[in-house]
Amino acid sequence: MTSVGRVLRGVWDFVVGDDWLVALGVAVAIAATALVATSTVPAWWVLPVAVVGLLADSLRRAARGSRR
Amino acid sequence: MSGAELGLAVSVFLACAVEAVEALTIVLAVGTTRSMSSALCGVGAAAAGLAALVGALGPALTSLPIDVLRVGVGGLLLVFGLQWLRKAILRAAGLRALHDEQAAFAHEAEAARAAGRAAGFDGYSFSVAFKGVLLEGLEVAFIVLTFGANQHRIGLAALAAAVAVALVVAAGFAIRAPLARVPENTMKFAVGVMLSSFGTFWGAEGAGASWPGNDAALLVIIPALVAISLALVALIRRASAPRASRPRPAVSGP
Repeated sequence: MTSVGRVLRGVWDFVVGDDWLVALGVAVAIAATALVATSTVPAWWVLPVAVVGLLADSLRRAARGSRR
Repeated sequence: MSGAELGLAVSVFLACAVEAVEALTIVLAVGTTRSMSSALCGVGAAAAGLAALVGALGPALTSLPIDVLRVGVGGLLLVFGLQWLRKAILRAAGLRALHDEQAAFAHEAEAARAAGRAAGFDGYSFSVAFKGVLLEGLEVAFIVLTFGANQHRIGLAALAAAVAVALVVAAGFAIRAPLARVPENTMKFAVGVMLSSFGTFWGAEGAGASWPGNDAALLVIIPALVAISLALVALIRRASAPRASRPRPAVSGP
């Protein structure tokens, strides 16, 4: 792996960590919040609901993996 | 000091204290085993690098438009906070080992003894201390920058970080041993909750949502996330418990 590759890998590990689905889910949830905010429906609830769902799902996968 | 500023100071203080405890273990291990002066040179070089990073990126971040800053910082804090919270929940539930400072100290000290010894300035002590402080400090610098920039209070965030480091270093050098009795996972749990809560609040605001009660919404988000996280710890513990230890259902009939 080149030094640039190692740096990029380090940045990825630092920011995203060991569950990239959480990072993807946060990005999608923020985009969904922005979309709902353009309508007449209140948008504040989208991100908290997504956060609880993402956390629970990530823990479920981690717990299942550790029991194998 | 407003509630958001207090949240900023507490989050940065706790995150910095936890990382400082881990960095202190590494520095003490190489310092007491090999050369304390060379290890302290490594600490100074890493601290200068981290201060330069915060000093260079801080003004650049605070010059961004507030909504761009909030959505970017909110998203990053949320991703980062959920990583901390996820690991803390898994540790609290017993599915991941707790960080053991005594074991980490023994491991580093053994590696330092095995590395051989050079006369004069000890490059090994310098580089191990430098890397340890830089790697542990990067997470703190990230939190100081994101939290501080969003509230335009990078000075307050840096002050909270400095106070935490000073307290940990003073305690560590007073007893000249790793701070094994610090409740690291509880502190990481608290940091994970704070980062995720503020990340949720700012991320939604930056995306155009309006919170009921404005800043007061944080007074609901933080306790709610604590309660949900504790419930998740209990659920995972229950699901992971050996089947034999679970109560048997009552059997009726012949």
